[in-house]
Amino acid sequence: MHTAFWYASRATGIVALLLLTAVLVLGVLVNRQGRLPGLPRFAVTDLHRNLSLLSVAFIAVHIATAVLDTYVHIPLLSAVVPFASGYERLWLGLGAISLDLMAAMIVTSLLRGRLNRVVWKAIHLLAYASWPVAFAHSIGSSKDLQQGWLLVLAIACAAAAAAAIIWRLASAARQVPRAARVSAILSQQTPQSARKQAVTR
Amino acid sequence: MNLKVNPIACTGHGVCAELLPELVTLDEWGYPVIDPGPVPPALDRDARRTIAACPALALRLAKTYR
Amino acid sequence: MTTALDDTANHDTASGGAARQAAAGLPRLLPQVPEDLQAHLSRYGTVPYRGSARGAAARGAAARGRAEARGATGTLIADVEASGLTGRGGAAFPVYRKLAAVAQAKGTRKVAVANGAESEPASRKDELLLRIAPHLVLDGLQLAAEAVGATEAHLYLHAAPGPQILRALAERAARRLDPLPVSITQAPPRFLAGQETALVNRLGGGPALPTFQPPRVSERGLGGAPTLVQNAETLAHLALIARYGPRWFRAVGTEAEPGSMLTTVYRPDHRTEIHEVPVGVPLNALLPADAQAWLIGGYHGTWLPLPEASNLTLDHASLSAFGASPGAGVLAALPADRCGLAEAARITGYLAVESAGQCGPCLNGLPRIAAALAELAGRGHRRQTRADLERWSGLVTGRGACNHPDGTVRFVRSALQVFVPEIDRHARGHCSATSKTPFLPIPDRRPITEQDWI
Repeated sequence: MHTAFWYASRATGIVALLLLTAVLVLGVLVNRQGRLPGLPRFAVTDLHRNLSLLSVAFIAVHIATAVLDTYVHIPLLSAVVPFASGYERLWLGLGAISLDLMAAMIVTSLLRGRLNRVVWKAIHLLAYASWPVAFAHSIGSSKDLQQGWLLVLAIACAAAAAAAIIWRLASAARQVPRAARVSAILSQQTPQSARKQAVTR
Repeated sequence: MNLKVNPIACTGHGVCAELLPELVTLDEWGYPVIDPGPVPPALDRDARRTIAACPALALRLAKTYR
Repeated sequence: MTTALDDTANHDTASGGAARQAAAGLPRLLPQVPEDLQAHLSRYGTVPYRGSARGAAARGAAARGRAEARGATGTLIADVEASGLTGRGGAAFPVYRKLAAVAQAKGTRKVAVANGAESEPASRKDELLLRIAPHLVLDGLQLAAEAVGATEAHLYLHAAPGPQILRALAERAARRLDPLPVSITQAPPRFLAGQETALVNRLGGGPALPTFQPPRVSERGLGGAPTLVQNAETLAHLALIARYGPRWFRAVGTEAEPGSMLTTVYRPDHRTEIHEVPVGVPLNALLPADAQAWLIGGYHGTWLPLPEASNLTLDHASLSAFGASPGAGVLAALPADRCGLAEAARITGYLAVESAGQCGPCLNGLPRIAAALAELAGRGHRRQTRADLERWSGLVTGRGACNHPDGTVRFVRSALQVFVPEIDRHARGHCSATSKTPFLPIPDRRPITEQDWI
């Protein structure tokens, strides 16, 4: 007999997956200096940050309710130590891994002002590992997501994340290497094309 | 204290110009032009928020020297 | 003393050298004949380290009396301060302040670097100095290292080290003259390679690209250690101040800007010469006043109109009236038959491609400025171009991590002022030049890949 905690854990997990997908997409949007229609630039950065904190809240409830639920025994420790639960060891383990990666990102982002820029960025790149692992955890540990409209939802999240990641990789591949940037701008300078063009970085 | 940008870190996101228009405008290529004077005390909190909001971590407060 | 760059074999015998050097006059830095270590030590005496046994002996009462008569005091840094020596690499920063900053910085590891990478294609003085008087530079490096407490010493050069410098180091090693071994690092042929932070990056194994300051390299430089970076010529002067004292140094030059400096002079007949001159020498003693215009301070320098500037002297006080400064001593007299606009456009194009491309304003501004200047140097230009030039010049000044955009704008703005008549002529489709031969040197190789910066 599933308890209320059990359903709450499933529900908050699904919301967390949606939020994390949005956070990933927004993160790529920030990097690409993209805009959300009708909103100022700082809305993109603020939304990325605020939704990431909101997803932490949902994940906290997701874990707490899973631990409190008596239907299966899930020790609290298994939320951060991978593969420490008896129940669904693999899939919950992936959840723990994803959470650990997220914790590193959140902590370093909260301390951004005091950290070396390069260090912060390196850790923030863990996002590209954290999301797929979280997604695998979601699909693997929840029968709900493997059928019906929740499956459609899961596929939509995967598609959005994949699109964002492909966009990011393509931009990196297209990026003009530093040594070629000045030449790129010089070659744009013909009298006809003396418009404002900034080489993006 | 003066608001300074690290021009190597700056990639021209332009968030600073939105959050602190009193001190920051964008040039025709999208890079910040910052008022060289000291940050007025009334804008101190806004300046700190702007520094925290820069996606490239390119802003800092520096002591006025030289 | 003049050294024509094609003629390195002046065959005067260096007799009475020590007495001549101790006298106030010139030459101070450039010997008639390249000197080996033995000749160098005979002329100048041993390296006057303050902390060594020799130094202690020198601090006996009689020696102290002689030292005080020369105006020397207890420490080298104090002597350098009293001498008024400023950097000869272009920025003219007071040397004692850099020495003091590194000496006082926290850290057990400290680094001293002799910057022989003059980077400016038109400057040849450091190359000559290192070829015919390397021991002065190396003396200065060791003395400066001692003064700041450096634990490592480096020499930074544009080309692979020539036989002269290698022989000089070998001779010194054989005599155990140098407390610190000197590591040689090669700089890439980039305009910015000699910039302090770019130098530190290169010494650390990375590309010669500038980084943002603060922190200054004197606080956190190579490997995070406080780093002293001094131009090669500056160290040569320092080596002589250590021997002859501040009063000797101040015997030439002006009161506010004492001492002598090396200049690279480009004459209208295409002869290039290196002169050691007192600071404050009249420019018309070095450059003909009937040239079309003068360029003072190299490619980050200033074009000066003639005859208005013909009475200026080679010091900051005089040149600042025209917004100019001596820089690293590159002086050029543009022949009357050339197009000053074309010359300026060619050099600005070079400066643009030599941008590190790291800072948005410089990366976007300099190529546009260069293209606009090239348009002015062509036949007819759009009305918008001059306004664009002025706007872009204002936009890049002070907005880079180094002063490359500022120096370039100074060069461009002065050209736009001095060559106004030529601009108007070109606007109408004419040009007053009768020769298209380029005058000032621009290297052929443009930086294309990341490897060109290493």
